[in-house]
Amino acid sequence: MDDLYEWFRDFYHTTGINLPFIYDSYDRDRMIDGFLTTVELSVICLFLSVVIGIIGAWLQGSAFTWTRRIVSGYIQLFRNTPPLVQLYFFYFAIGSALPRVETEWGGQAPMLSSFAWAVISLSFFAGAFNVEIFRSGIESVPKSTVEAAESLGFSRLQIYWDVTLPLALRVVLPSLNNNLVNLVKTTTLAYAIAVPEMLYVSAQIWSDNVNVPEMMIFLLIAYFVLVGILVWGMNRWERALKIPGFGS
Amino acid sequence: MSWSDKEPMISVRNVHKSFGDFEVLKGVSFDVMKGEVICIIGPSGSGKSTLIRCINALNDINEGSILVEGQEVNDPKLNKLELRKKVGMVFQQYNLFPHKTALENVMMAPIRVLKEDKKEVEARARALIKKVRLEGKENAYPGELSGGQQQRVAIARSLAMKPDVMLFDEVTAALDPETVGEVLITIKELAEEGMTCILVTHEMGFAREVADQVYFTDKGLIVEHGAPETFFENAKDPRTKQFLSQIL
Ligand SMILES: Nc1ncnc2c1ncn2[C@@H]1O[C@H](COP(=O)(O)OP(=O)(O)O)[C@@H](O)[C@H]1O
Ligand SMILES: [Mg+2]
Repeated sequence: MDDLYEWFRDFYHTTGINLPFIYDSYDRDRMIDGFLTTVELSVICLFLSVVIGIIGAWLQGSAFTWTRRIVSGYIQLFRNTPPLVQLYFFYFAIGSALPRVETEWGGQAPMLSSFAWAVISLSFFAGAFNVEIFRSGIESVPKSTVEAAESLGFSRLQIYWDVTLPLALRVVLPSLNNNLVNLVKTTTLAYAIAVPEMLYVSAQIWSDNVNVPEMMIFLLIAYFVLVGILVWGMNRWERALKIPGFGS
Repeated sequence: MSWSDKEPMISVRNVHKSFGDFEVLKGVSFDVMKGEVICIIGPSGSGKSTLIRCINALNDINEGSILVEGQEVNDPKLNKLELRKKVGMVFQQYNLFPHKTALENVMMAPIRVLKEDKKEVEARARALIKKVRLEGKENAYPGELSGGQQQRVAIARSLAMKPDVMLFDEVTAALDPETVGEVLITIKELAEEGMTCILVTHEMGFAREVADQVYFTDKGLIVEHGAPETFFENAKDPRTKQFLSQIL
Protein backbone atom coordinates (compact mmCIF):
# COMPACT_ATOMS: atom_id res chain seq x y z
CA MET A 1 0.00 0.00 0.00
CA ASP A 2 2.69 2.44 1.00
CA ASP A 3 4.45 1.74 -2.30
CA LEU A 4 1.27 2.67 -4.13
CA TYR A 5 0.97 5.92 -2.20
CA GLU A 6 4.62 6.71 -2.96
CA TRP A 7 4.02 5.95 -6.60
CA PHE A 8 1.21 8.53 -6.77
CA ARG A 9 3.35 11.05 -4.93
CA ASP A 10 6.13 10.54 -7.53
CA PHE A 11 3.52 10.62 -10.26
CA TYR A 12 2.58 14.11 -9.05
CA HIS A 13 6.22 15.25 -9.02
CA THR A 14 7.00 13.87 -12.48
CA THR A 15 3.73 14.70 -14.32
CA GLY A 16 2.15 17.48 -12.25
CA ILE A 17 -1.07 15.47 -11.94
CA ASN A 18 -1.98 15.83 -8.28
CA LEU A 19 -4.16 13.17 -6.63
CA PRO A 20 -3.63 13.89 -2.93
CA PHE A 21 -6.74 11.94 -1.93
CA ILE A 22 -4.74 8.82 -2.80
CA TYR A 23 -1.30 9.45 -1.35
CA ASP A 24 -2.04 11.89 1.45
CA SER A 25 -3.54 10.18 4.47
CA TYR A 26 -5.51 13.23 5.66
CA ASP A 27 -7.07 13.86 2.25
CA ARG A 28 -7.59 10.15 1.75
CA ASP A 29 -9.53 9.84 4.98
CA ARG A 30 -11.82 12.73 4.22
CA MET A 31 -12.40 11.46 0.68
CA ILE A 32 -13.36 8.04 2.03
CA ASP A 33 -15.72 9.72 4.48
CA GLY A 34 -17.14 11.85 1.65
CA PHE A 35 -17.62 8.82 -0.55
CA LEU A 36 -19.33 6.91 2.24
CA THR A 37 -21.53 9.91 2.99
CA THR A 38 -22.61 10.05 -0.64
CA VAL A 39 -23.35 6.32 -0.64
CA GLU A 40 -25.24 6.56 2.64
CA LEU A 41 -27.23 9.58 1.51
CA SER A 42 -28.05 7.88 -1.80
CA VAL A 43 -29.13 4.58 -0.27
CA ILE A 44 -31.31 6.18 2.41
CA CYS A 45 -32.93 8.56 -0.10
CA LEU A 46 -33.48 5.77 -2.63
CA PHE A 47 -35.21 3.70 0.00
CA LEU A 48 -37.30 6.52 1.46
CA SER A 49 -38.29 7.93 -1.93
CA VAL A 50 -39.56 4.52 -3.02
CA VAL A 51 -41.48 4.16 0.24
CA ILE A 52 -42.98 7.63 -0.32
CA GLY A 53 -43.85 6.60 -3.88
CA ILE A 54 -45.59 3.44 -2.71
CA ILE A 55 -47.53 5.14 0.09
CA GLY A 56 -48.37 8.21 -2.03
CA ALA A 57 -49.69 6.11 -4.89
CA TRP A 58 -51.84 4.20 -2.40
CA LEU A 59 -53.21 7.43 -0.92
CA GLN A 60 -53.97 8.75 -4.39
CA GLY A 61 -56.37 5.85 -4.81
CA SER A 62 -58.16 6.84 -1.60
CA ALA A 63 -61.88 7.37 -1.49
CA PHE A 64 -61.38 10.65 0.38
CA THR A 65 -61.16 13.66 -1.90
CA TRP A 66 -58.97 15.55 0.55
CA THR A 67 -56.41 12.79 0.81
CA ARG A 68 -56.07 12.77 -2.97
CA ARG A 69 -55.84 16.57 -3.08
CA ILE A 70 -53.09 16.68 -0.50
CA VAL A 71 -51.07 14.08 -2.39
CA SER A 72 -51.42 15.90 -5.70
CA GLY A 73 -50.56 19.17 -4.00
CA TYR A 74 -47.40 17.57 -2.68
CA ILE A 75 -46.50 16.27 -6.14
CA GLN A 76 -47.11 19.64 -7.80
CA LEU A 77 -45.06 21.45 -5.21
CA PHE A 78 -42.03 19.20 -5.42
CA ARG A 79 -42.13 18.63 -9.14
CA ASN A 80 -42.53 22.25 -10.14
CA THR A 81 -39.86 23.83 -7.92
CA PRO A 82 -36.05 23.49 -8.08
CA PRO A 83 -34.63 20.87 -5.72
CA LEU A 84 -31.94 23.29 -4.54
CA VAL A 85 -34.60 25.76 -3.45
CA GLN A 86 -36.42 22.94 -1.68
CA LEU A 87 -33.24 22.00 0.12
CA TYR A 88 -32.62 25.59 1.22
CA PHE A 89 -36.23 25.86 2.28
CA PHE A 90 -36.00 22.77 4.48
CA TYR A 91 -32.61 23.65 5.92
CA PHE A 92 -32.91 27.39 6.44
CA ALA A 93 -36.65 28.04 6.72
CA ILE A 94 -37.84 24.95 8.57
CA GLY A 95 -34.53 24.04 10.19
CA SER A 96 -34.10 27.42 11.84
CA ALA A 97 -37.71 27.50 12.99
CA LEU A 98 -37.25 24.27 14.94
CA PRO A 99 -36.19 24.50 18.60
CA ARG A 100 -32.50 23.93 19.31
CA VAL A 101 -31.41 21.08 21.50
CA GLU A 102 -28.82 20.76 24.23
CA THR A 103 -25.68 18.87 23.22
CA GLU A 104 -23.87 16.51 25.57
CA TRP A 105 -21.25 19.22 26.22
CA GLY A 106 -23.90 21.71 27.24
CA GLY A 107 -23.89 23.67 23.98
CA GLN A 108 -26.77 24.35 21.63
CA ALA A 109 -27.22 22.50 18.35
CA PRO A 110 -29.88 22.36 15.64
CA MET A 111 -32.38 19.59 16.16
CA LEU A 112 -31.62 18.01 12.80
CA SER A 113 -28.22 17.87 11.13
CA SER A 114 -27.69 19.09 7.58
CA PHE A 115 -27.39 15.42 6.57
CA ALA A 116 -30.85 14.74 8.01
CA TRP A 117 -32.29 17.72 6.13
CA ALA A 118 -30.71 16.52 2.92
CA VAL A 119 -32.29 13.10 3.46
CA ILE A 120 -35.71 14.62 4.07
CA SER A 121 -35.56 17.10 1.24
CA LEU A 122 -34.16 14.78 -1.42
CA SER A 123 -36.45 11.90 -0.44
CA PHE A 124 -39.53 14.07 -0.79
CA PHE A 125 -38.20 15.46 -4.06
CA ALA A 126 -37.60 12.06 -5.67
CA GLY A 127 -40.64 10.65 -3.85
CA ALA A 128 -42.95 13.06 -5.68
CA PHE A 129 -41.82 11.64 -9.00
CA ASN A 130 -42.03 8.10 -7.64
CA VAL A 131 -45.68 8.60 -6.66
CA GLU A 132 -46.50 9.50 -10.24
CA ILE A 133 -44.43 6.63 -11.57
CA PHE A 134 -46.18 4.06 -9.36
CA ARG A 135 -49.54 5.64 -10.12
CA SER A 136 -49.05 5.13 -13.84
CA GLY A 137 -48.11 1.50 -13.22
CA ILE A 138 -51.17 0.93 -11.06
CA GLU A 139 -53.39 2.28 -13.78
CA SER A 140 -51.97 -0.33 -16.15
CA VAL A 141 -53.20 -3.21 -13.95
CA PRO A 142 -56.47 -4.55 -15.39
CA LYS A 143 -59.53 -3.81 -13.26
CA SER A 144 -60.63 -7.39 -13.75
CA THR A 145 -57.53 -8.71 -11.98
CA VAL A 146 -58.32 -6.47 -9.03
CA GLU A 147 -61.93 -7.67 -9.07
CA ALA A 148 -60.80 -11.27 -8.94
CA ALA A 149 -58.84 -10.46 -5.77
CA GLU A 150 -61.85 -8.62 -4.37
CA SER A 151 -64.09 -11.59 -5.02
CA LEU A 152 -61.64 -13.75 -3.06
CA GLY A 153 -62.10 -11.50 -0.05
CA PHE A 154 -58.86 -9.53 -0.24
CA SER A 155 -59.01 -6.14 1.47
CA ARG A 156 -58.06 -3.00 -0.43
CA LEU A 157 -54.66 -2.89 1.22
CA GLN A 158 -54.00 -6.59 0.56
CA ILE A 159 -54.93 -6.12 -3.08
CA TYR A 160 -52.52 -3.20 -3.33
CA TRP A 161 -49.66 -5.02 -1.69
CA ASP A 162 -50.14 -8.50 -3.16
CA VAL A 163 -51.53 -7.81 -6.61
CA THR A 164 -51.50 -4.22 -7.85
CA LEU A 165 -48.10 -3.14 -6.63
CA PRO A 166 -46.11 -6.19 -7.79
CA LEU A 167 -47.68 -5.94 -11.24
CA ALA A 168 -47.28 -2.15 -11.40
CA LEU A 169 -43.65 -2.40 -10.32
CA ARG A 170 -42.79 -4.59 -13.28
CA VAL A 171 -44.29 -2.06 -15.66
CA VAL A 172 -42.63 0.99 -14.15
CA LEU A 173 -39.13 -0.31 -13.46
CA PRO A 174 -37.56 1.54 -16.41
CA SER A 175 -38.99 4.91 -15.34
CA LEU A 176 -38.24 4.18 -11.70
CA ASN A 177 -34.69 3.38 -12.77
CA ASN A 178 -34.39 6.81 -14.44
CA ASN A 179 -35.69 8.68 -11.46
CA LEU A 180 -33.40 6.86 -9.04
CA VAL A 181 -30.38 7.59 -11.23
CA ASN A 182 -31.39 11.24 -11.12
CA LEU A 183 -31.70 11.05 -7.37
CA VAL A 184 -28.13 9.77 -6.93
CA LYS A 185 -26.87 12.63 -9.09
CA THR A 186 -29.00 15.13 -7.19
CA THR A 187 -27.37 14.17 -3.86
CA THR A 188 -24.54 16.54 -4.87
CA LEU A 189 -26.93 19.40 -4.03
CA ALA A 190 -26.39 18.54 -0.37
CA TYR A 191 -23.06 20.34 -0.89
CA ALA A 192 -25.05 23.57 -0.64
CA ILE A 193 -25.94 22.95 2.98
CA ALA A 194 -22.48 21.67 3.87
CA VAL A 195 -23.20 17.96 4.03
CA PRO A 196 -19.69 16.49 3.76
CA GLU A 197 -20.49 14.31 0.76
CA MET A 198 -18.16 13.63 -2.15
CA LEU A 199 -18.52 16.94 -3.98
CA TYR A 200 -18.12 18.92 -0.78
CA VAL A 201 -14.99 17.02 0.21
CA SER A 202 -13.58 17.37 -3.29
CA ALA A 203 -14.07 21.13 -3.11
CA GLN A 204 -12.14 21.20 0.17
CA ILE A 205 -9.36 19.16 -1.37
CA TRP A 206 -9.10 21.31 -4.47
CA SER A 207 -9.01 24.52 -2.48
CA ASP A 208 -6.18 23.13 -0.35
CA ASN A 209 -4.23 21.68 -3.27
CA VAL A 210 -5.29 23.82 -6.22
CA ASN A 211 -5.97 20.73 -8.34
CA VAL A 212 -9.42 21.51 -9.70
CA PRO A 213 -9.14 19.64 -13.02
CA GLU A 214 -7.97 16.42 -11.35
CA MET A 215 -10.76 16.56 -8.79
CA MET A 216 -13.36 17.25 -11.47
CA ILE A 217 -12.27 14.28 -13.51
CA PHE A 218 -12.20 12.15 -10.39
CA LEU A 219 -15.78 13.24 -9.51
CA LEU A 220 -17.06 12.45 -12.98
CA ILE A 221 -15.55 8.99 -12.82
CA ALA A 222 -16.77 8.37 -9.27
CA TYR A 223 -20.38 9.29 -10.09
CA PHE A 224 -20.20 7.39 -13.33
CA VAL A 225 -19.22 4.28 -11.38
CA LEU A 226 -21.79 4.83 -8.62
CA VAL A 227 -24.64 5.33 -11.06
CA GLY A 228 -23.35 2.38 -13.09
CA ILE A 229 -23.62 0.15 -10.03
CA LEU A 230 -27.18 1.34 -9.42
CA VAL A 231 -28.19 0.73 -13.04
CA TRP A 232 -26.59 -2.70 -12.96
CA GLY A 233 -28.49 -3.53 -9.78
CA MET A 234 -31.78 -2.28 -11.20
CA ASN A 235 -31.30 -4.31 -14.36
CA ARG A 236 -30.63 -7.42 -12.34
CA TRP A 237 -33.74 -6.73 -10.32
CA GLU A 238 -35.74 -6.26 -13.50
CA ARG A 239 -34.53 -9.63 -14.76
CA ALA A 240 -35.25 -11.31 -11.43
CA LEU A 241 -38.82 -10.01 -11.55
CA LYS A 242 -39.45 -11.25 -15.06
CA ILE A 243 -42.34 -13.68 -15.25
CA PRO A 244 -42.55 -16.30 -17.98
CA GLY A 245 -45.40 -15.46 -20.33
CA PHE A 246 -46.09 -12.03 -18.83
CA GLY A 247 -45.29 -8.69 -20.44
CA SER A 248 -42.86 -8.67 -23.31
CA MET B 1 -80.33 -14.43 12.31
CA SER B 2 -79.49 -18.02 11.62
CA TRP B 3 -80.01 -19.68 8.33
CA SER B 4 -80.96 -23.32 7.91
CA ASP B 5 -80.47 -25.22 4.70
CA LYS B 6 -84.22 -25.80 4.47
CA GLU B 7 -84.41 -22.18 3.35
CA PRO B 8 -82.96 -20.93 0.08
CA MET B 9 -79.20 -20.48 0.23
CA ILE B 10 -79.58 -17.51 -2.04
CA SER B 11 -82.73 -15.50 -2.22
CA VAL B 12 -82.92 -12.68 -4.75
CA ARG B 13 -85.95 -10.41 -4.40
CA ASN B 14 -87.05 -7.66 -6.76
CA VAL B 15 -83.52 -6.52 -7.54
CA HIS B 16 -83.12 -3.27 -9.47
CA LYS B 17 -79.80 -2.02 -10.69
CA SER B 18 -78.99 1.00 -12.83
CA PHE B 19 -75.80 2.35 -14.29
CA GLY B 20 -76.57 6.05 -14.45
CA ASP B 21 -79.93 6.37 -16.19
CA PHE B 22 -79.72 2.93 -17.70
CA GLU B 23 -81.66 0.32 -15.75
CA VAL B 24 -79.90 -3.00 -16.27
CA LEU B 25 -81.92 -5.08 -13.79
CA LYS B 26 -85.60 -4.28 -13.56
CA GLY B 27 -86.86 -6.37 -10.68
CA VAL B 28 -85.30 -9.81 -10.66
CA SER B 29 -86.27 -12.52 -8.20
CA PHE B 30 -85.22 -16.13 -7.79
CA ASP B 31 -84.14 -18.63 -5.15
CA VAL B 32 -81.36 -21.15 -5.06
CA MET B 33 -81.49 -24.05 -2.60
CA LYS B 34 -78.38 -25.67 -1.17
CA GLY B 35 -76.90 -28.11 -3.68
CA GLU B 36 -78.92 -26.73 -6.55
CA VAL B 37 -77.40 -25.85 -9.89
CA ILE B 38 -79.07 -23.08 -11.81
CA CYS B 39 -78.19 -21.82 -15.25
CA ILE B 40 -78.92 -18.31 -16.46
CA ILE B 41 -79.14 -17.85 -20.19
CA GLY B 42 -80.13 -14.90 -22.29
CA PRO B 43 -78.99 -12.51 -24.95
CA SER B 44 -75.84 -10.48 -24.52
CA GLY B 45 -76.47 -7.27 -22.58
CA SER B 46 -79.52 -8.63 -20.77
CA GLY B 47 -77.84 -8.16 -17.38
CA LYS B 48 -76.63 -11.69 -16.58
CA SER B 49 -73.15 -10.63 -15.49
CA THR B 50 -74.51 -7.71 -13.53
CA LEU B 51 -76.93 -10.02 -11.75
CA ILE B 52 -74.36 -12.49 -10.52
CA ARG B 53 -71.85 -9.76 -9.69
CA CYS B 54 -74.50 -8.31 -7.37
CA ILE B 55 -74.61 -11.59 -5.45
CA ASN B 56 -71.05 -11.18 -4.21
CA ALA B 57 -71.27 -7.39 -3.96
CA LEU B 58 -68.95 -6.58 -6.85
CA ASN B 59 -71.89 -4.41 -7.93
CA ASP B 60 -74.20 -2.77 -5.43
CA ILE B 61 -77.95 -2.68 -6.09
CA ASN B 62 -80.41 0.19 -6.09
CA GLU B 63 -83.45 -1.64 -4.80
CA GLY B 64 -84.49 -5.05 -3.56
CA SER B 65 -82.85 -7.67 -1.45
CA ILE B 66 -80.27 -10.40 -1.88
CA LEU B 67 -79.91 -12.85 0.98
CA VAL B 68 -76.95 -15.20 1.00
CA GLU B 69 -77.41 -17.75 3.78
CA GLY B 70 -79.60 -15.23 5.49
CA GLN B 71 -77.08 -12.40 5.20
CA GLU B 72 -78.42 -9.29 3.46
CA VAL B 73 -76.05 -8.20 0.70
CA ASN B 74 -77.89 -4.90 0.12
CA ASP B 75 -76.80 -3.44 3.44
CA PRO B 76 -74.32 -0.60 3.83
CA LYS B 77 -72.89 -2.37 6.89
CA LEU B 78 -72.35 -5.60 4.94
CA ASN B 79 -69.24 -7.51 5.95
CA LYS B 80 -67.92 -8.18 2.47
CA LEU B 81 -65.24 -10.53 3.72
CA GLU B 82 -67.86 -12.81 5.36
CA LEU B 83 -69.90 -12.76 2.17
CA ARG B 84 -66.98 -13.51 -0.09
CA LYS B 85 -65.83 -16.41 2.04
CA LYS B 86 -69.16 -18.04 1.21
CA VAL B 87 -69.39 -17.06 -2.45
CA GLY B 88 -66.73 -18.06 -4.99
CA MET B 89 -66.63 -16.50 -8.42
CA VAL B 90 -65.06 -17.47 -11.72
CA PHE B 91 -64.82 -14.96 -14.54
CA GLN B 92 -64.92 -15.17 -18.31
CA GLN B 93 -61.32 -13.89 -18.56
CA TYR B 94 -59.98 -16.14 -15.72
CA ASN B 95 -58.23 -13.11 -14.15
CA LEU B 96 -55.45 -15.13 -12.55
CA PHE B 97 -52.64 -13.25 -10.84
CA PRO B 98 -50.06 -13.28 -13.64
CA HIS B 99 -47.06 -12.91 -11.29
CA LYS B 100 -47.93 -16.02 -9.29
CA THR B 101 -47.62 -19.66 -10.27
CA ALA B 102 -50.69 -21.85 -10.55
CA LEU B 103 -50.07 -23.22 -7.07
CA GLU B 104 -49.47 -19.77 -5.59
CA ASN B 105 -52.64 -18.48 -7.23
CA VAL B 106 -54.60 -21.18 -5.43
CA MET B 107 -52.80 -20.71 -2.12
CA MET B 108 -52.83 -16.95 -1.91
CA ALA B 109 -56.34 -16.19 -0.67
CA PRO B 110 -56.52 -18.83 2.09
CA ILE B 111 -53.17 -17.67 3.43
CA ARG B 112 -53.70 -13.93 3.13
CA VAL B 113 -57.45 -13.67 3.66
CA LEU B 114 -58.24 -16.61 5.93
CA LYS B 115 -54.79 -16.54 7.59
CA GLU B 116 -54.61 -20.30 7.40
CA ASP B 117 -51.47 -22.31 7.97
CA LYS B 118 -49.29 -22.40 4.88
CA LYS B 119 -48.58 -26.13 5.03
CA GLU B 120 -52.25 -27.07 5.26
CA VAL B 121 -53.14 -24.66 2.48
CA GLU B 122 -50.44 -26.06 0.25
CA ALA B 123 -51.70 -29.61 0.72
CA ARG B 124 -55.22 -28.48 -0.09
CA ALA B 125 -54.06 -26.46 -3.09
CA ARG B 126 -52.15 -29.41 -4.53
CA ALA B 127 -55.20 -31.60 -4.11
CA LEU B 128 -57.36 -29.00 -5.87
CA ILE B 129 -54.94 -28.70 -8.75
CA LYS B 130 -55.07 -32.45 -9.08
CA LYS B 131 -58.85 -32.33 -8.95
CA VAL B 132 -59.00 -29.91 -11.89
CA ARG B 133 -56.56 -32.22 -13.71
CA LEU B 134 -53.57 -29.92 -13.76
CA GLU B 135 -51.09 -32.10 -11.93
CA GLY B 136 -47.60 -31.15 -13.05
CA LYS B 137 -48.58 -27.55 -13.81
CA GLU B 138 -48.24 -26.36 -10.19
CA ASN B 139 -45.22 -24.22 -10.95
CA ALA B 140 -46.35 -22.86 -14.30
CA TYR B 141 -47.23 -19.18 -14.55
CA PRO B 142 -50.62 -18.23 -16.02
CA GLY B 143 -48.87 -16.92 -19.14
CA GLU B 144 -47.55 -20.41 -19.77
CA LEU B 145 -50.97 -22.07 -19.60
CA SER B 146 -53.71 -22.37 -22.19
CA GLY B 147 -57.03 -20.61 -21.63
CA GLY B 148 -58.69 -23.81 -20.50
CA GLN B 149 -55.89 -24.57 -18.07
CA GLN B 150 -55.98 -21.04 -16.67
CA GLN B 151 -59.70 -21.29 -16.20
CA ARG B 152 -59.31 -24.52 -14.25
CA VAL B 153 -56.68 -22.87 -12.04
CA ALA B 154 -59.19 -20.07 -11.49
CA ILE B 155 -61.80 -22.62 -10.42
CA ALA B 156 -59.31 -24.25 -8.05
CA ARG B 157 -58.41 -20.82 -6.70
CA SER B 158 -62.04 -20.15 -5.81
CA LEU B 159 -62.54 -23.60 -4.34
CA ALA B 160 -59.52 -23.14 -2.08
CA MET B 161 -61.62 -20.67 -0.09
CA LYS B 162 -64.14 -23.48 0.60
CA PRO B 163 -67.12 -21.49 -0.66
CA ASP B 164 -70.70 -22.65 -0.16
CA VAL B 165 -71.77 -21.42 -3.58
CA MET B 166 -69.92 -20.85 -6.84
CA LEU B 167 -70.76 -18.24 -9.45
CA PHE B 168 -69.60 -18.87 -13.01
CA ASP B 169 -69.86 -16.03 -15.51
CA GLU B 170 -69.58 -17.39 -19.05
CA VAL B 171 -66.43 -19.17 -18.05
CA THR B 172 -66.03 -20.95 -21.38
CA ALA B 173 -66.90 -18.03 -23.63
CA ALA B 174 -63.29 -16.92 -24.11
CA LEU B 175 -61.90 -20.42 -24.65
CA ASP B 176 -60.81 -22.27 -27.75
CA PRO B 177 -63.47 -24.84 -28.64
CA GLU B 178 -61.15 -27.75 -27.89
CA THR B 179 -60.56 -26.64 -24.30
CA VAL B 180 -64.19 -25.86 -23.47
CA GLY B 181 -64.87 -29.51 -22.66
CA GLU B 182 -62.19 -29.84 -20.01
CA VAL B 183 -63.57 -26.87 -18.10
CA LEU B 184 -67.15 -28.08 -18.38
CA ILE B 185 -66.15 -31.49 -17.02
CA THR B 186 -64.60 -29.81 -13.99
CA ILE B 187 -67.77 -27.84 -13.33
CA LYS B 188 -69.95 -30.87 -13.86
CA GLU B 189 -67.97 -32.83 -11.28
CA LEU B 190 -68.39 -30.01 -8.82
CA ALA B 191 -72.11 -29.94 -9.43
CA GLU B 192 -72.33 -33.70 -8.93
CA GLU B 193 -70.49 -33.40 -5.62
CA GLY B 194 -73.30 -31.16 -4.44
CA MET B 195 -71.75 -27.71 -4.84
CA THR B 196 -74.39 -25.02 -5.17
CA CYS B 197 -73.74 -23.34 -8.51
CA ILE B 198 -75.07 -20.38 -10.44
CA LEU B 199 -73.88 -20.52 -14.01
CA VAL B 200 -74.24 -17.95 -16.73
CA THR B 201 -73.62 -19.90 -19.89
CA HIS B 202 -74.22 -20.17 -23.59
CA GLU B 203 -73.54 -23.91 -23.57
CA MET B 204 -77.12 -25.15 -23.92
CA GLY B 205 -76.22 -28.83 -23.98
CA PHE B 206 -74.30 -28.38 -20.78
CA ALA B 207 -77.09 -26.40 -19.13
CA ARG B 208 -79.51 -29.14 -19.99
CA GLU B 209 -77.24 -31.76 -18.49
CA VAL B 210 -76.30 -30.12 -15.18
CA ALA B 211 -79.00 -27.58 -14.36
CA ASP B 212 -81.82 -28.12 -11.89
CA GLN B 213 -83.40 -24.89 -13.07
CA VAL B 214 -82.81 -22.79 -16.16
CA TYR B 215 -83.57 -19.06 -16.11
CA PHE B 216 -83.95 -16.98 -19.24
CA THR B 217 -83.25 -13.25 -18.92
CA ASP B 218 -84.02 -10.53 -21.40
CA LYS B 219 -83.61 -6.77 -20.96
CA GLY B 220 -83.11 -6.96 -17.23
CA LEU B 221 -85.99 -9.31 -16.42
CA ILE B 222 -86.39 -13.02 -15.89
CA VAL B 223 -88.77 -13.93 -18.66
CA GLU B 224 -89.18 -17.60 -18.01
CA HIS B 225 -87.71 -20.43 -16.00
CA GLY B 226 -88.15 -24.13 -15.51
CA ALA B 227 -86.51 -27.50 -15.22
CA PRO B 228 -84.29 -28.07 -18.25
CA GLU B 229 -86.53 -30.65 -19.96
CA THR B 230 -89.60 -28.43 -19.91
CA PHE B 231 -87.60 -25.27 -20.51
CA PHE B 232 -85.86 -26.50 -23.64
CA GLU B 233 -88.79 -28.52 -25.02
CA ASN B 234 -91.74 -26.34 -24.12
CA ALA B 235 -90.59 -22.76 -23.79
CA LYS B 236 -93.68 -20.59 -23.67
CA ASP B 237 -92.50 -17.04 -24.02
CA PRO B 238 -91.85 -15.92 -27.61
CA ARG B 239 -88.57 -14.23 -26.58
CA THR B 240 -87.28 -17.50 -25.13
CA LYS B 241 -88.37 -19.40 -28.20
CA GLN B 242 -86.66 -16.97 -30.50
CA PHE B 243 -83.44 -17.04 -28.48
CA LEU B 244 -83.39 -20.83 -28.34
CA SER B 245 -84.08 -21.14 -32.05
CA GLN B 246 -81.08 -18.91 -32.76
CA ILE B 247 -78.77 -20.82 -30.50
CA LEU B 248 -79.73 -24.44 -30.90
N1 LIG C 1 -69.95 -0.82 -14.95
C1 LIG C 1 -70.86 -0.53 -15.90
N2 LIG C 1 -71.14 0.76 -16.21
C2 LIG C 1 -72.06 1.06 -17.13
N3 LIG C 1 -72.79 0.14 -17.81
C3 LIG C 1 -72.56 -1.15 -17.55
C4 LIG C 1 -71.59 -1.55 -16.58
N4 LIG C 1 -71.60 -2.91 -16.52
C5 LIG C 1 -72.52 -3.32 -17.41
N5 LIG C 1 -73.11 -2.28 -18.03
C6 LIG C 1 -74.18 -2.35 -19.03
O1 LIG C 1 -75.20 -3.14 -18.50
C7 LIG C 1 -75.77 -3.95 -19.49
C8 LIG C 1 -75.80 -5.39 -19.04
O2 LIG C 1 -74.49 -5.84 -18.96
P1 LIG C 1 -74.12 -7.30 -18.51
O3 LIG C 1 -74.67 -7.54 -17.15
O4 LIG C 1 -72.67 -7.45 -18.68
O5 LIG C 1 -74.91 -8.20 -19.56
P2 LIG C 1 -74.66 -9.69 -20.00
O6 LIG C 1 -73.70 -10.31 -19.05
O7 LIG C 1 -76.00 -10.31 -19.95
O8 LIG C 1 -74.12 -9.65 -21.39
C9 LIG C 1 -74.98 -3.73 -20.77
O9 LIG C 1 -75.69 -2.87 -21.59
C10 LIG C 1 -73.73 -3.07 -20.28
O10 LIG C 1 -73.23 -2.18 -21.24
MG1 LIG D 1 -71.77 -11.08 -19.35
